[in-house]
Amino acid sequence: MSAMRLIFDIALTHVAGRGRQTLVAVIGVAVGVGFSIAMAALMQGGQDDFVRQLVDTMPHVDVTDEQRTARRQPAEDLFEAVAISGLRPRDDRRGIINPTKAVSWLEEWMPGRLAAVLNVQGVIRYSGREVGAVVIGIEPEKEMRVSPIVEDFESGSFSALAAGGNNVVIGDTMASRLGAALGDTITAISSEGRARNFKIVGLFHTGTTARDEGEGYVLLKNAQILSNRPNAINEIRIKLDDPNAAPSIAHRVEVELGYKAVAWQEANESILEALVVRNVIMYTVVAAIMLVAGFGIFNIVSTITHEKARDIAIMKSLGFSETDMRRLFVIEGLAIGIAGSLLGWTLGFAIT
Amino acid sequence: MSPLIEAHGLTRILQETVPVTLVKDIDLTIGEGEFVAVTGLSGSGKSSLLYLLGLLDRPTRGMLRVRGRDTEPMSETSRAETRLSTMGFVFQFHFLLPEFTARENVEIPMRKVARLGRDEMRARATELLSSLGLVDHLDKRPDQLSGGQRQRVAVARALANDPPLILADEPTGSLDSTSSEQVFAILDGLVRERGKTVVAVTHDFGMAARMDRRIHLVDGEVSKEE
Repeated sequence: MSAMRLIFDIALTHVAGRGRQTLVAVIGVAVGVGFSIAMAALMQGGQDDFVRQLVDTMPHVDVTDEQRTARRQPAEDLFEAVAISGLRPRDDRRGIINPTKAVSWLEEWMPGRLAAVLNVQGVIRYSGREVGAVVIGIEPEKEMRVSPIVEDFESGSFSALAAGGNNVVIGDTMASRLGAALGDTITAISSEGRARNFKIVGLFHTGTTARDEGEGYVLLKNAQILSNRPNAINEIRIKLDDPNAAPSIAHRVEVELGYKAVAWQEANESILEALVVRNVIMYTVVAAIMLVAGFGIFNIVSTITHEKARDIAIMKSLGFSETDMRRLFVIEGLAIGIAGSLLGWTLGFAIT
Repeated sequence: MSPLIEAHGLTRILQETVPVTLVKDIDLTIGEGEFVAVTGLSGSGKSSLLYLLGLLDRPTRGMLRVRGRDTEPMSETSRAETRLSTMGFVFQFHFLLPEFTARENVEIPMRKVARLGRDEMRARATELLSSLGLVDHLDKRPDQLSGGQRQRVAVARALANDPPLILADEPTGSLDSTSSEQVFAILDGLVRERGKTVVAVTHDFGMAARMDRRIHLVDGEVSKEE
């Protein structure tokens, strides 16, 4: 133990005795470690923020009235045939069947909040101008609990819809394209040709062009009237307490309800994959920086070893073994590495 | 009692492109309390022989016993331990560790052995250095000492663990005549008063004449022993 202490003392004396070179090596390691930490923190923080925004701006699980595979036609169940052609498919009425039961079932076990929605494809017209739009029927109280648009209103709010009447909130870009302003009355026309007038009671700006230019929110009842589909909904938006549980919950919903349920991870698979690629690149760069810092340590220890060749001979004559000598220089490298890492950690912490 | 050093057919050949024979077929026996000079011209193999005797180098062939123990099968660690317990070295150039003070340099071999406590090591280092006239230079680093003072610190360091054998390679080779005489007197005192064995390589035939035995080397072989 005391022999180790002696080697430790000699190592530290060597390192301390070469103040300038040691300082340069320590700074080299510190800068490498510091910027690696800062870079990793910056990238990770950016990624977390990006994912958080991504998660916040969309439902964690989006249940729609679509199916992943085409619905089987009755003829396919009746006849055992390789292929059936010339069929006139049954005219399915779109929408989630028995929505009240589906919503109640979800509310029973699903850890989070949900909102039932009816999306109606159509056109919004004002003073001779028309914009293709999705008129979204919502229940304001519930929608406010799952939608981030609540925070994006420039004027008015979802609450204004709750007051009743034929009111609508639209994106500010759509309003400017139509030349309409708060308080003006626009006409919404469904794809089936039904038209209804709505008074603009709110304008929002999400920053997402597709939404600001192509979405208008009305009461669910009004959307059902506009599309002539009483009591219908075609989307259930779910916000979970734990966004990471989305895939398993989406799977369960899809199995139980039979409708396509898309978790936010699935909806943004390509973005998340891009993040993985970005992380690989980032950590490769970080590894390269650390490698360069490692070369710095190697360089200083190598220089010390060469310059201390005479001291090595002296110490061997004093009874030090080759193992002792190796330990001595390993400790010197470790001392520089640890000092540089601690300093780098502080630096990285300060930068971030 | 077995001799301190016993060598038979000790040979060291450097395996270069053209093999170089440093020492060849040395037969040698050195007992306790002897003051032995190894003389010869430059390149005659004096230092090479000393390094072999000091277990700093391994012979190509031949047998070497230290205190009756064959050194050939010894591991590197065992050789280092034997050096530490049996030998002290003094080189032509002081070879002190430059970052440490005179006292710390003397303490290092003692710390390696770890037989004594910290205070005892410090007291012994102080005593050794004082006995060699360096009481005022205990806390000076080697670059703050003269050549003679450094060499005396090196002698004190060689004596730190009280080894029975001191191996000195041209201990006065880099000193002026006054310092040389001082260092020689110290080595002589170690033999006469403390019963140590000193083997000193020197090309100073006058100094060698004042020692007990002289082994003269020519081209790595013992040409004369008196």
